[in-house]
Amino acid sequence: MASLDMDHEDGPRFIADPLEIPRLKCGAMEGLKPFVAAPQHQEKLGFPGELVEDWKEKALEKMADLASKNRAFQVYLDTCVKCGACTDKCHYFLGTGDPKNMPVARQDLLRSVYRRYFTFAGKYFPWLVGARDLTEEVLQEWYSYYHQCSECRRCSVFCPYGIDTAEITMAARDILDHVGVGQKYSNEIIGKVKDIGNNLGLNPKALRATLEDLEEDLEDDTGISVRLPLDEKGADILLITPSADFFAEPHIDGLLGYAKVFHEAGVSWTLSSYASEAANFGLFIGSYENMREISLRIRKAAQELGVKRIIFGECGHAWRVGYSFLNTLAGPFDFLDQNYPVPQHICEFTWDLIQKDALRFDKSKNDEFRLTFHDSCNVARASRMGDMPGGQFEIPRAILKTVCNHFYDMERDTIMESTLCCGGGGGLLTDDLMELRKKGATPRMTALQQVTEDHGVTHMAAICAICKTQFSKMMPEFGYEMDSIVSVHQMVGNAIILTGQETQDQDDENEAVPA
Amino acid sequence: MLSTLYALLFYAASLILVAGLALRIRKYARTPAPLKIPTTPAPTTQRGVALRMLREVTLFESLFRSNKWIWLFGWVFHVALFLALARHLRYFTEPVWFWVTFVQPYGTYAGFAMVAGLLGLWARRFLVERIRYISSPSDHLMLALLVAIGVSGLFMRFVARPDIIAVKGFFLGLLRFQINPLPADPILLTHLSLVLILMIIFPISKLLHVPGVFFSPTRNQADNPREKRHLAPWAAELEK
Repeated sequence: MASLDMDHEDGPRFIADPLEIPRLKCGAMEGLKPFVAAPQHQEKLGFPGELVEDWKEKALEKMADLASKNRAFQVYLDTCVKCGACTDKCHYFLGTGDPKNMPVARQDLLRSVYRRYFTFAGKYFPWLVGARDLTEEVLQEWYSYYHQCSECRRCSVFCPYGIDTAEITMAARDILDHVGVGQKYSNEIIGKVKDIGNNLGLNPKALRATLEDLEEDLEDDTGISVRLPLDEKGADILLITPSADFFAEPHIDGLLGYAKVFHEAGVSWTLSSYASEAANFGLFIGSYENMREISLRIRKAAQELGVKRIIFGECGHAWRVGYSFLNTLAGPFDFLDQNYPVPQHICEFTWDLIQKDALRFDKSKNDEFRLTFHDSCNVARASRMGDMPGGQFEIPRAILKTVCNHFYDMERDTIMESTLCCGGGGGLLTDDLMELRKKGATPRMTALQQVTEDHGVTHMAAICAICKTQFSKMMPEFGYEMDSIVSVHQMVGNAIILTGQETQDQDDENEAVPA
Repeated sequence: MLSTLYALLFYAASLILVAGLALRIRKYARTPAPLKIPTTPAPTTQRGVALRMLREVTLFESLFRSNKWIWLFGWVFHVALFLALARHLRYFTEPVWFWVTFVQPYGTYAGFAMVAGLLGLWARRFLVERIRYISSPSDHLMLALLVAIGVSGLFMRFVARPDIIAVKGFFLGLLRFQINPLPADPILLTHLSLVLILMIIFPISKLLHVPGVFFSPTRNQADNPREKRHLAPWAAELEK
């Protein structure tokens, strides 16, 4: 609850609660819809171009198909008892007050139809169990509210049966795609990956030019030649990173951070122009086939380049697909070096080096940053780092504490497995959903404001390309500078001392020594 | 006549309950989970998964983290129901198993706790705006049914006792395929009829959460996707 803290040392102050439960505002987000995919975007993914004539039969057919292929979908449709435990757990509900954004209510949009056509009670006593016919209005409602879920799984942490609304949302989007009503943002992007290799549509030539520019910047900055290799056969490590790392801020600074770490580790590594994307929006649309096709690009690139290891850069859902699904979708990876996990996260790689004392840091380089860390939902609740459960929380924090003097966590209920989504995940990072993104970001931003009041936190670090983009848009809306969101490896890159590089202090002391 | 009717009803309801649940469980067991989706942090071994599941079904661990009121009412109701059911085994066993004798006094008073827990849950369906919104008529009816079973049971235990020896004779008879006389006590018949309804709707209602929780992939999968390749049969077909 929001309250007045009378005992605060600087006098009383008002503290907003990031998890404050709103009153229900029925219909608050009704009718909000992202742009619908054009026929050519649909067809490239193997879906019908527009709403098919027999959409109702096709939708029910697909629903039955998914229930027979995915245990989670079948069990979760049956198991919910409407206890209400999840009702206050979704950041979009907290931010909008729309009751259909409560996880159970979101599931019920589809469950009500499942019951009507596939259960005894729903067939004969629909009014009793809240079952309803599949109509065009229902289809539109699905399109709207299943694009108000970021598939962040926060509800699944708190459900006594582990019901994961993300599974229902993915199934709903898959059904919608199969009747010809796809979302433009996600489907267009998947098409670009299939054509060019990354979400941005950055062709190999442009990618090479970008990387060369960045290499020059790095050399100007550090005086050291730090490489960003592309398509180098025989390299040991293939780095798979979100394409946002090539052009967006603060993502680029993260990429430069990885490059410095690889440089100091003395390993040979390369990017791939064919698999120049860690992101896999096939996850967002719940399409196993599309997710698999995108994942297989990574396998092919690894084989063609003859690498021994695969490392993923900072990207939340990509790490879910990488850590949890890659072995399933594109494995087995018996052609890679089995002494290392396949794949590995860049944070695992850096932390290993830190533990071996193989990296040197000047922490004071980050003294202007008073940091907190935003756990990205897919990393927190759908993956792991290191050997122990919870390593996905410990390792990024351990890295940040190694390279930065001032680190403070946000309120416990809003971090780690209880982390609040940035508001832009799950295929919602599009301008046509800006209102939803802002409302969905409010709980996280309120928690950030809290830790700013308590500890003077100025910056928030993240390990997800979507989080970074979303927060750089949201920060100014909540009174922060746009660049208050930083990459974890940006902080690493700031503090790392490259071999042969003289620090400012040393320069002053030993002016005669050449750099 | 009455005894025969109830005997047949109990046979039918038992068959529906067992066969219905078996079919449902078979469906869950045969439906593959194509991907590794445990909600992390999750145990990395099967042993760890078994422990997580045990905590989930005995302590309602996730619910405790989620909402203390729902946990309190829900947990009290379920534990009390378990004790009350255990106590009822005395009507089906001769001689009565020793541990059933042991839980007898707890089982008796558990009836009150059970009804109290149910009333707490029911009150939330009216008083909490969010839960009122998600409640269907069936959610209310299910609570009404369970409360009525509990209250009629308590009434027989503490107010108007039926001929319990005859009741036991009836049920022991059913186990041996004999029809012994069932006392025509209205409260008893109400209690038994409501239990029959509960047994029949079990496999077609949200009571499926009982088997369902064991098949929930976010709770029953080990977090070991990098170490062990997981592949559903239909997904393996795609690789051919």
